Amino acid sequence: MAGLTSLLRRDLRLATRSGGGAGQGLVFFFILTLLVPFGVGPDPGTLAKVAPGTLWIGALLAALLSLDRLFQTDFEDGTLDVLVLSPVPLEVLTATKALAHWLTTGLPLIVLAPILGITLNLAPEAQVWLIASLLIGTPGLSFLGMLGAALTVGLKRGGLLLSVLVLPLYIPTLILGARTVVLAAEGQDPLSTLALLAALTLFILAMTPFAAAAALKVQLS
Amino acid sequence: MSLAVSDLTCRRSGRLILKDLAFGCAAGEALLLKGPNGVGKSTCLRAVAGLVPSSGDIRCNGVSLGDDRDAYHQHIAYAGHLDAIKPQLSLRENLAFWSDLFGGDGADAALELFDLADLADRPAQTCSAGQKRRLGLARLAVARRNLWLLDEPTVSLDARTVERFTGVLKAHLEGGGMAVIATHLDLAIPATDFALTPVQDISDDPFLAGAF
Repeated sequence: MAGLTSLLRRDLRLATRSGGGAGQGLVFFFILTLLVPFGVGPDPGTLAKVAPGTLWIGALLAALLSLDRLFQTDFEDGTLDVLVLSPVPLEVLTATKALAHWLTTGLPLIVLAPILGITLNLAPEAQVWLIASLLIGTPGLSFLGMLGAALTVGLKRGGLLLSVLVLPLYIPTLILGARTVVLAAEGQDPLSTLALLAALTLFILAMTPFAAAAALKVQLS
Repeated sequence: MSLAVSDLTCRRSGRLILKDLAFGCAAGEALLLKGPNGVGKSTCLRAVAGLVPSSGDIRCNGVSLGDDRDAYHQHIAYAGHLDAIKPQLSLRENLAFWSDLFGGDGADAALELFDLADLADRPAQTCSAGQKRRLGLARLAVARRNLWLLDEPTVSLDARTVERFTGVLKAHLEGGGMAVIATHLDLAIPATDFALTPVQDISDDPFLAGAF
């Protein structure tokens, strides 16, 4: 247990120190969302309509941005070898790394999202549901991405392949997450969609650490 | 306590690198892997660590790598070419992480052991190659494992530090530990040499490979 908190602390430290890239996703999310009015026009009605999808796609792409480094730096500097030999099971290690990724990219996005929601004229009653859906959905994005990162570790220029692998897997989360916010904006009850999103995230959290650990074992051999 | 390896055969990307190797060592003993560059010393160490797939029987203290990987890994510490150091973290943070992960303590004592105490709070990126190597080796001291697998441990170390490292290694062996070391240097420790020779693989020969 001490080992795990130590790994979590180390990953958080690495992400927040210079060159760690924790702020990059946030800035990317901010700029991407602000670009949308330039593309679809300034009409408040149109913006309100595209706001849920835009915010969710922005969050999804921002989360993807730092994923390729999740295992790559550990692979390149020999840390992964030593992690494999440590007494902590690889499944737990992969889950901890995904958690650290969520804390450094997913969580800051959730804080920024309501502000960007206002700029996109998102219905005020949908704001709470935006936060709730991101809070419940984005851990799934980090864990699915962690699986993609484990599959592509050791590949030169694996970042693009990672995106191609992971983006299709994000579709169910995106549909349910954005739908929750759309329903709330339309004044309907989004609770059942949010419950489905929660079920999906729980499924992802339960499966991906095992799949990623298996992928890493293959990559190291 | 003992290490016993038999019939160790290893292929990488279809090429036969190690064939039917058998070696071992008992408590307090060190085994030096010798041989020219490219003969498979690093692969041999990685195979014994279980980091590359191999066939054959590898046992440490009676625990087989093939049967119970996790229990086997409880006995070994591996220091390869890469030092597994994060440049953004200080030396103390780097080592404290490993000591927490391996359930040990004494990061400060290990820093002292490798003459790094004065540098403890400096970020690792400001350290020289030799200092990083020392930090990589200090990990062995916090992991507290019986069997040390060392791949060219003295690379980029100066003569004084090699002596210091030899002292640490000697203390480890005198405490009943074991070590398998790939090195070109003659370390001043009582050790047995094990010479690796290039493997003749018929699949490397286009004529013979075509005949099959």
